[in-house]
Amino acid sequence: MNTCRLLNRYFTLSIRSQLQYPASTVMLTFGQLISTSIEIISIWALFERFGTLKGWSFGEVAFFYSLLGISFSIAEFVSRGLEIFGTQFVRTGEFDRLLLRPRSAVLQLIGHEFRISRFGRLLQASLILIVASQSLQFNWTPYTITLVLWTIAGGFALFIALFIFQSALAFWTVEGLEAINAFTYGGVYAGQFPISLYEHWLRMFLTFVVPLACVAYYPVLAILGRSDPLGAPDWLLPFTPLAGFIFLALALTIWRHGISKYTSTGS
Amino acid sequence: MSAYSPYLAAFTSRFLLMMQYRSAALASFLTQCWFGLVRVMVLAAFYKGAAQSDSTLPLSFAQAVTYTWLAQGLLALLPWAADPDIAAAMRTGAVGHDRLRPVDTYNLWYACTAGRMIARILPRLLLMVLAAGVVLPLIGKEELAWAPPSGTAAAMLFALSLTVAVALSCAVVMLINITVVSTLNERGVNTLVVPVVFILSGALLPLPFYPDMARLALFIQPLAGVLDIPSRIYSGALTGPMAWIGISLQVLWTFTLVVAGKKWLSYGMQRLEVQGG
Repeated sequence: MNTCRLLNRYFTLSIRSQLQYPASTVMLTFGQLISTSIEIISIWALFERFGTLKGWSFGEVAFFYSLLGISFSIAEFVSRGLEIFGTQFVRTGEFDRLLLRPRSAVLQLIGHEFRISRFGRLLQASLILIVASQSLQFNWTPYTITLVLWTIAGGFALFIALFIFQSALAFWTVEGLEAINAFTYGGVYAGQFPISLYEHWLRMFLTFVVPLACVAYYPVLAILGRSDPLGAPDWLLPFTPLAGFIFLALALTIWRHGISKYTSTGS
Repeated sequence: MSAYSPYLAAFTSRFLLMMQYRSAALASFLTQCWFGLVRVMVLAAFYKGAAQSDSTLPLSFAQAVTYTWLAQGLLALLPWAADPDIAAAMRTGAVGHDRLRPVDTYNLWYACTAGRMIARILPRLLLMVLAAGVVLPLIGKEELAWAPPSGTAAAMLFALSLTVAVALSCAVVMLINITVVSTLNERGVNTLVVPVVFILSGALLPLPFYPDMARLALFIQPLAGVLDIPSRIYSGALTGPMAWIGISLQVLWTFTLVVAGKKWLSYGMQRLEVQGG
C-alpha cells in the first residue's frame, strides 16, 4: 500500500470515528470558531480606538492574521499525534509499536488523529480573509491567488515543523516541552502584525530563527503590492514562504537524529 | 476556629500540592513572557502612531503597558475553567465522598479552588514581576517594563482589590464547577467560558480600549472585578472615589455569586446522580 492510500485510510477512519458523536464534534468545532475569533475583536477595537497602526490598516493586519490562521488550522488538523507524542507515545513506550511497523513514524503519528474541530479556526480565518479583502477592495487575480496558496503551503510546512520540533524534544526530555506553545500559538499572534512594528531582535528572530514572517508578513506584502518599509527587496518577497519548507527539512533532520538516539522507556 | 479548620486544611493541602508543579509554571511563564512582549510592542506602535495626544486616550501608554504585564502575570487568576479535580470527582463518582463529609460542600470546594488558584498565581506572578519589572529595566527597556504602583495609596488599594479579585474569581470558578455537576463534563463549558472570560476580564485587551459606548456596561459586569479593576487601581487609572466604587462592585459581585452558587449547588445536589461503580 503506498503512502497516499495509507494516509487516506487513516483519514477516513479518524473522521468516521469522530462522526460517531456528531453533536460533540459540531460543538467542539463551534467552540473553536468562537474562541479563535476573540483575537481579531481586540485588534478591531484597537483600530477603532487609534485609527491607524503606523500606516497599516485593519484590512492589512486582518490579511496577515487570516493567512496565518488558515495555515495553522490545517497544520493543527493533522498534528494531534505529534502534539501528544511525548506523553502518549514516548512515556508509555507505545512508540516502540510504531517503530515496528514498516512505515515512517511521522506518517503514522500524523495518521493518529485528524481533528475535525480545527475546521472552526479554518472557517473563522477564511471569513476574516473575505472581510480583509472586502475592506481593502482587494483585486483577486490568478497571480495573487497562487501567491496566497503558496503562502498558506509555506505556513503549513512551518507549523508542522514546529510540531515536529515539539515532539522531537520528547526524545530528550521524555515529555514534549509546553514552552513550544510560545512559538505555535504565540507565533500566530506575533506573526499577525506587521513585523516592522517590532524591535530589531524580534524581527530578526521571526525572519531567521523561526521564520514566521516569511509565511505571513513578507509574502502578504507581495500579495498586497506593498514594499517592505524596512527594505527587504521586492523581488525576494514572493519566494519567502520557501523558508517554511527549509524549516521543515531542518525539523525532520533533528527528528531523525532523535529517533537514532531513542531508547525505549517502557516494558 | 474549629468550624473553619477542615476548610483551612483543604486549602492548605491543595496549595502545597499545586506548588509542586514547577515545570508547568515555568513553561506557562515563558509563553506569557512572549505574549506580553509582543502585546506591549504592538501597543507601543499604536501609541506612537496615534493621531490623538495621550490625554484623550483612556489609558496612558505606561498604564497600558503595566496593565498588560499585570494581566500576563495574573493569568492564573482568571476563572476560565472548572477545577479539574472537582470535574474528575464528578466523572468518577468520587463526589460521593465529598457528600459524606460532615462539612458544607460549597465551602469545601471553594477552599480547594482557592488553594489551587493562589498556588498557581504566586510563582507565575513572582517570575513575571522579576522578568518584566526588574530584568526589562535593567537591559534598558524601561518604556516597555512593568512599572511599580502609582503611589502608596494605589498600592494599598490594589492589595485590597486584588484580594477581593481572588475571592470573586473563586466564586466564578465555583459557578463553573456547579455547571459541571449538572453536565458531568467540563470540556463543553470550558470551551464556552474561555473566550467570554478573556474578553470581559480585560486579559485580552484592557477594557477601557473597547468603544466608549460599552464602557459603563464593561465596568459594572462581574468579570471586570477579576482583573480590570485591580489593574487600573494599580496604575492609577482608577483613583479616589472611583477606586472605592470599583472595590465595592467587586465585593457586591463576590457576595452575589457566592449566594447564587450556594443556592444552585444545593439544588443540583438534590438531583445528583453519582457516577461510577
